[in-house]
Amino acid sequence: MKVKLDRIATARSGDKGEGSNVGLMARSDVAYAFLKEVLTAERVHAHLSGINRGTVTRYEADNLRALNFLLSDSLGGGGSASLRTDAQGKTHGLALLRLELEVPEEVLAATPAPG
Amino acid sequence: MSPKKKVLVANGQGFWGDSILGPVRLLREGPLDYLTLDYLAEVTLSIMQKQRSRDARAGYATDFVRLVERVLPQLVEKNVKVVANAGGVNPHACKDALLSSIGHAGHSGVKVAVVEGDDVLERLDALLQQGEEFKNLDTGRPLAEVRDRVLSANVYLGAFPIAEALGQGAQIVLTGRCTDPSLVLGPLVHEFGWTAADVAQLASGTVAGHIVECGAQCTGGNFTDWRAVPDLAMVGYPIVEASPDGTFVVTKHAGTGGLCTVDTVRHQLVYEMGDPRRYLTPDCVADFTSARLTQQGPERVLVDGVRGKPATGTYKVSISYLAGWKAAGELTISGPDALEKARLCARIVWERLAYDGFHYGQDERLEEYVGAGACHTGVAGGEDADPVEVVLRLGVKGPDRAKVDRFGSELVPLVTSGPPGVTGFAGGRPKASEIVGFWPALVRKEQVHARVSVFTS
Repeated sequence: MKVKLDRIATARSGDKGEGSNVGLMARSDVAYAFLKEVLTAERVHAHLSGINRGTVTRYEADNLRALNFLLSDSLGGGGSASLRTDAQGKTHGLALLRLELEVPEEVLAATPAPG
Repeated sequence: MSPKKKVLVANGQGFWGDSILGPVRLLREGPLDYLTLDYLAEVTLSIMQKQRSRDARAGYATDFVRLVERVLPQLVEKNVKVVANAGGVNPHACKDALLSSIGHAGHSGVKVAVVEGDDVLERLDALLQQGEEFKNLDTGRPLAEVRDRVLSANVYLGAFPIAEALGQGAQIVLTGRCTDPSLVLGPLVHEFGWTAADVAQLASGTVAGHIVECGAQCTGGNFTDWRAVPDLAMVGYPIVEASPDGTFVVTKHAGTGGLCTVDTVRHQLVYEMGDPRRYLTPDCVADFTSARLTQQGPERVLVDGVRGKPATGTYKVSISYLAGWKAAGELTISGPDALEKARLCARIVWERLAYDGFHYGQDERLEEYVGAGACHTGVAGGEDADPVEVVLRLGVKGPDRAKVDRFGSELVPLVTSGPPGVTGFAGGRPKASEIVGFWPALVRKEQVHARVSVFTS
């Protein structure tokens, strides 16, 4: 079934040099295993290409059921050089959660919906 | 002194500008051993250097002195110790203002410590001559490229100088630049007698410091499932309840608002994170993927299992430099056809500037349509093609201050010479302001000498 990513994950983001990081946290073990498989750095790169002009690197933290995506050029300049409203990438996590993806029924059934 | 069983370390300030109610309520609404306060964002020290160059008694976080004036009776009565990086680039001026306030309030015998040695601006050329290259960690470029535009240069110190200050009996410890987690780790090193060899404990205390360093961000603030967070108005700021073996519980005072769960805590663990296996500090290399989080009870999250490695031989240095000029301004454009009219306004501004000989390249200018998708530009579902009104935000930047200022004078004229429905120009003409760039680099530890001195009111 096609759902938005926020059905099975939460996120937080912030600035990191000239880029930002998006920590994505699965809402269940099953959802984490699924996201680890399908949510590649390439897919995140494509979804956020309007925000990020650089590369995307993915790190895994199984203990937190989290994937950490490092966007290398997503602020329009580092330090105080950004002219953007979101100069610190505070909303990049929510931008990632807008991603629509096909999620198997069994993953949805095993993952509590946001309250 | 025999080590305590548990130590309560709170963070009441996530950044300069955070609510004063954080620390005020932490002291008022429950028990506490230490109150930590973070005032230094990356850009802050360059601003403080400028303040000090104009006034030898300026260059620190003046808010901190006002906070201490307000909470001094509770600090003294409850014997709560305070660790704050409020010293900025002038910790002795901060200490003098503090001692004067404490004296005026009639409290004698309060000990205030200053940790210094982080500020290497005056030593920069000497250090370069001694072979420190200060190569940019991100780009590998030599510092020579920006040396003549450097505004500030500060080493991120760690937890041990803070512990030393507490060991000398200080009730208030003032530092300049130090790592955010060290504000929490310092008191734990002092209380539990940890040494550089206690790598697992240092790594655990670093994780604790990282979790609470942004204040309410681990107790329900900025949380994806915000509807599930009760009473954000009265959000409780975080408290670490630490044990001698390094394990700790993240909690907040009973009866406060917000939420402290495995979920709110892990949100903060990934914040500002690079490689979670290698979180570098002056005190250790912490492995965030080893931390185990368990809900121990309502508003209590136990963290254990943290592993780490010994620290590296270098400190990180944050060097700031003048990187050009920028200006940005906003106008509000009402509907009907708000977005279409806003796009016309942007075209008009660039065309008038071009007529006068001022051209700005794609990387030198910004067009945003706030309300139509400024935060999530180009993201599916993140844009609205027909908002009822829109805020047009235009900006430019570059090395030439006059060229940046020229832009500012073409925004407001749209009110009378653009399409109808242009308003919200109360801010007036945008003016050029400095861009501060950052130059992250390393310096060998033996080149840096942290110093601790203690003063009494």
